[in-house]
Amino acid sequence: MKLSGADILIRTLIEQGVDTVFGYPGGQVVDIYDSLYRFRDEITHILSAHEPGAVHAADGYARSTGGVGVVIATSGPGATNLVTGIATAYLDSVPLIAITGNVAGDQLGTDSFQEVDITGVTLPITKHNYIASSAEHLADIVREAFRLAKSGRPGPVLIDIPKDVQLAEAEYIPEAAVKTDPKRACEHIEEAVEAINLSNRPFVYFGGGVIASDAEKAVCDFAEKIDAPIGCSLMGISGVPTDHPRFLGMTGMHGRFAASTAMHHADCIIACGVRFNDRATGNKDKFARTAQVIHLDIDAAEFMKTVNASHCLKGDVGKTLALLTAAVEKKALPDWWEEIEKFKAREEASAPKREGFVPENIYGLINDYLQADTPVCTDVGQHQMWAAQYLRFKEKRRFISSGGLGTMGFGMGAAVGTDFATGKRTLLISGDGSFVMGMPELTTAVEHHLPIVILLIHNGVLGLVRQMQTMYFEKRYAGTVLPQNTDFVALVKAFGGDGCRVTCMDELKAALDSGFSDGVFLIDCLIDEDELVLPVLPPEGTADDLIVKVVD
Amino acid sequence: MQKYTIAVLVNNQSGVLNRVSGMFRRRGFNINSLTVSETESEQFSRITVTYEATPEMNHQIVTQLYKLPDVIKVKELTRDDSVNCELMLIKVKNDAATREEIRTAADAFKAETVDYTRESVIMRITGDSKRIDAFINLMKEFEILEICRTGIVSLERGSKTIAQYED
Repeated sequence: MKLSGADILIRTLIEQGVDTVFGYPGGQVVDIYDSLYRFRDEITHILSAHEPGAVHAADGYARSTGGVGVVIATSGPGATNLVTGIATAYLDSVPLIAITGNVAGDQLGTDSFQEVDITGVTLPITKHNYIASSAEHLADIVREAFRLAKSGRPGPVLIDIPKDVQLAEAEYIPEAAVKTDPKRACEHIEEAVEAINLSNRPFVYFGGGVIASDAEKAVCDFAEKIDAPIGCSLMGISGVPTDHPRFLGMTGMHGRFAASTAMHHADCIIACGVRFNDRATGNKDKFARTAQVIHLDIDAAEFMKTVNASHCLKGDVGKTLALLTAAVEKKALPDWWEEIEKFKAREEASAPKREGFVPENIYGLINDYLQADTPVCTDVGQHQMWAAQYLRFKEKRRFISSGGLGTMGFGMGAAVGTDFATGKRTLLISGDGSFVMGMPELTTAVEHHLPIVILLIHNGVLGLVRQMQTMYFEKRYAGTVLPQNTDFVALVKAFGGDGCRVTCMDELKAALDSGFSDGVFLIDCLIDEDELVLPVLPPEGTADDLIVKVVD
Repeated sequence: MQKYTIAVLVNNQSGVLNRVSGMFRRRGFNINSLTVSETESEQFSRITVTYEATPEMNHQIVTQLYKLPDVIKVKELTRDDSVNCELMLIKVKNDAATREEIRTAADAFKAETVDYTRESVIMRITGDSKRIDAFINLMKEFEILEICRTGIVSLERGSKTIAQYED
């Protein structure tokens, strides 16, 4: 059948299994919005308050389900407003399709009204991008974009559609949803198996690649066979249940003491779907010097990028781990575990044991309210690191957080997308710095009666930067003290939500008891501005230099 | 650091050169020379890039290139198993005192005179980069007015083609 380019786009999205898109209209996508209106029984459009909220929502939608998130924005400022969100998805390997309108083909390159070279702008932050040059090719471009976004290491793909292509007519023949490229194991594992067999202090370190590959069981089975402890990067959190007996927690800059120390003192690190970011390794030249690294990843470009691996296994992490598990000798390593128990004892000894309204107690109480399937979104800062350290997850894809780019303002949009995707009551943990950046999406959440509980960790400062100033800049608090004029409870009420302010554990408990009702509910948690995220890896340090206590 | 020459077979579409060169730029790799041209097939273009890198950096470059959907094949070409060639046009000041010497040097290097006036002479020379560098060095004794070099093009020796390699 003959359809307009705009109709072909929407029909192809529906054909690819998309039932929800996030976006914001404008002059150069008005035809696409007309198609969305006419196909509204098959595809729902969620209007955001601002384009960044729409792209973070599409991202949260993808992270919480493993599906592809779709966002639509107009040309020019609409398109550039997506940039931070696209970069966020790129750094965390989230499958995302960004669709932008643009001026008609004959006006491209003439600096027309609201024209911007968005494919040029997003070149380094997308897996690939397209300018759709004709309606004839549009359906195939969209299909290829879905295949690319989902296949291998997932990531964002942008399609820029000039106005004339939206209007032109072409033949549309429906097709089945595209399949991802086949997942293959790495076949060359003999040398890695030998290295693992010789190891006496193995450590299994995993990241977001394990969640993308659905390899959580493979990780646990492998660690079981070689009697290894397990740790993860920020992106790996919720991949393995937090209370798994082998799981020591997150490693790295603000990682758990036992996890970071065990990894640093291992003789063999089996790294699964991680990229050894500087926040994870600390000083990379001194990182885990006694360890051989066996690196499993779908993306060969991650090998030897920051850490020199002795064995690089390119392939699907889950499938490769299954081969390794079958091939390695079963181990029992009581000496190694004795050492690990000592690390855990030191962690326990240095853990804060305070009374009152302090992060460890606040997050401890939150754990009591988390169902196995409650999604937790965060923004970026101290509140995020505490969530990574203290929260206990049972199912994967339940920790939705901007890792690689560290995007403040991510949380509110991501919570909207996560809530639409899962239909579950969603917890957003934010800070008073981040929350203001993403705040416009309160309108979206209230409009759709989304059951989002916002735990605002409110300390009046930009805590994570401020703590660097406390520790390394002699308390010169440049730019990290926030204005204190905002009444966040009144604010959320003005948006049509509800909330309360809490200053002690009893008030928090009462708020949580009532707050997990329907709709948007903000709990304004006033905490001390001098709270620190510990441990912390000092600049250029290694896990041996972890600071676990700061005495003022 | 060592010298590398790679041939990159890419889709013959607008913007692909930008994607390839952009990867070098954003990851901080410095290109020594780059040539791009059509190939035996209308579908593909061939980009030849030379750069200095460590083996780890070279691994990064090749694997990052393979992540670009428009990149079909990347082949590293070594001095021993490939034929490398560059073309240069060089414009030198021409006067009565140096005329004969320039001609002798050009003959020795088999450089062809392609433009001749009383004041200047343009010569064309092809060969590997070392030969061209040597000719430039020789011409420095006279007054070099302008130089234009194409950068290296390179083909593997023997009948095998870049398209026949597995990824």
